[in-house]
Amino acid sequence: MSAVTEQRVRTGDGAVTSPMAQWFSDGWIATRRNLIKIRRVPDILVFTILQPIMFVLLFSQVYAGAMAIDDYTSFLMAGIFAQTVIFGSTFSGSAMAQDLKDGIIDRFRTLPMSTSAVLIGRTNGDLMINGISMLIMMATGYIVGWRVTTSIWGFFGGVALLLLFSYAFSWVMALLGMSVRSPEVINNASFMILFPLTFISNAFVPIHTLPDVLRNIAEWNPVSALVQSARNLFGNTNPTFPPPESWTLEHPYITVLAGIILMLLIFVPLCVKKFGSVSSR
Amino acid sequence: MNIIEAIGLKKIYSPKGTAKVHALDGLNLTVPKGTVQGLLGPNGAGKTTAVKVLTTLIQPTEGSATVAGIDVIRDPKSVRRVIGVSGQYAAVDENLTGFENLEMVGRLYHLGKAESRRRATELIEMFELTAAQNRPVKGFSGGMRRRIDLAGALVTRPEVLFLDEPTTGLDPRSRLGMWDVIKNLVSDGTTVLLTTQYLEEADQLADDIAVIDGGKVIAEGTADQLKARIGGHRIEVTLIEASDAGAAREVLGRHGEGEPRIDDDGRTLEVPVIDGPRALQYVLAELREGSIELHDAGIRRPTLDDVFLKLTGHVAEEDQKAGTEEMETAK
Repeated sequence: MSAVTEQRVRTGDGAVTSPMAQWFSDGWIATRRNLIKIRRVPDILVFTILQPIMFVLLFSQVYAGAMAIDDYTSFLMAGIFAQTVIFGSTFSGSAMAQDLKDGIIDRFRTLPMSTSAVLIGRTNGDLMINGISMLIMMATGYIVGWRVTTSIWGFFGGVALLLLFSYAFSWVMALLGMSVRSPEVINNASFMILFPLTFISNAFVPIHTLPDVLRNIAEWNPVSALVQSARNLFGNTNPTFPPPESWTLEHPYITVLAGIILMLLIFVPLCVKKFGSVSSR
Repeated sequence: MNIIEAIGLKKIYSPKGTAKVHALDGLNLTVPKGTVQGLLGPNGAGKTTAVKVLTTLIQPTEGSATVAGIDVIRDPKSVRRVIGVSGQYAAVDENLTGFENLEMVGRLYHLGKAESRRRATELIEMFELTAAQNRPVKGFSGGMRRRIDLAGALVTRPEVLFLDEPTTGLDPRSRLGMWDVIKNLVSDGTTVLLTTQYLEEADQLADDIAVIDGGKVIAEGTADQLKARIGGHRIEVTLIEASDAGAAREVLGRHGEGEPRIDDDGRTLEVPVIDGPRALQYVLAELREGSIELHDAGIRRPTLDDVFLKLTGHVAEEDQKAGTEEMETAK
């Protein structure tokens, strides 16, 4: 097609031509857009900075006395980390719904960019938000007495696992965001998912205190495996509470990694496929 | 050579629990290179759906289409390289500045950093947004947003430009400004497919107009050809006192062909006539005899509003409603 050739000529010397370079470039441009948004939208910064501080202080100070656990703060922190980064992943849901409503997805879809770029940019944005949240939470946790008792590797391993899990979960939320009709719906829908997901787990209470039905759910909840893994890696295990005798929590690393891989394998292709057909109205 | 060709496009939605919606019902369209094709119709006529199919946003249920000779269904990515799209929602990122928006679009066309920046600066100047270029778009007026959105469609100087209701929701002054911008664009030979529900807009900007209703083209031609289809002149008088309407109606009825129509304001009456100037003379004389005072009187050629009424049997009544809705969402 002569038209196409002309277009290529016009793009000049700095043009990005190889498919791989274009994919990276598109992903970076879409990511940059979300990073600028984090900087310019005060709501996001408040959520990112203040909410983690609030959660750490509320839970550690309010519940500690009532819980029959020695050093509840150490027990709690991995749970707070997990809950906060999972909540942080919902930005992808509301942002995709909002972009769809604003029609900017239509603009992106009429550009010759990679189909996955907008999603990659969006989920990277969540990763950035969650990274900031993690730093804030760890600093706040340190003040209220949380310590990593293993090694630097345990520390980085735990942080990496938490962020990786939240990243995979961002794709789940992105699909949800593209599937609902308005950004308001996504907020309600995500709370319906997030609260049971994070509360029916070992994040805030020892699982053996739960009623049977909930205990079974909690044992198989990947969030429990995530929290258990983080506790092990940070050395926040409490000798008075050995993990329940379920396979998933005895092998938390395998369970949580399997969960992460499964989420990515299922939801990345579904998201990309969905993105290729969505349009405003 | 036809740069846009659509043959028998159908788009059928089947929402659960309701009847099937034929958003497009066998739409045929050909647009020669270098012309401005107007696609005129009320809300829900299928204009936006047609644009979405041609710009690769949605797949038609049936039919085929090419843009610049490229099949939009089989090779959407190549189509995207040669088109520019500006929609009715001003699809810009609110949190980015005007410059950042345009630079982002250039980068996503893979122009490279330097070229994207150069082109963004050029467009900002062309659209007279230099003073605002480093402010987030969030603070822009409706007219400025549309300009940035249109500028985004022009980043690569596309061969074919799709403008989907470019002035819906704009105030009259911004609309005139937008028309000037579009007129300038088309003077350098870009092919444009312009959808609008404003009949005047199609008359002003388009070389050829396709009137669309119920998902298909119901009439085609230049503005003059379409007007000729309903032919004849009309006499229109505007009274000073609405209380004279009854008497004036009788006078008009005597000299016109068919029933005179009274506008919503109750003071403007019109009637189709055969010999315009002669009928006007009689009408004015009789109104004067009856001491009916006039604010305005004259012979009117048919407008596209009349064409639309004639062709579809209903007025393009959703104009107003759609306009206000847009205004609200634009805030």
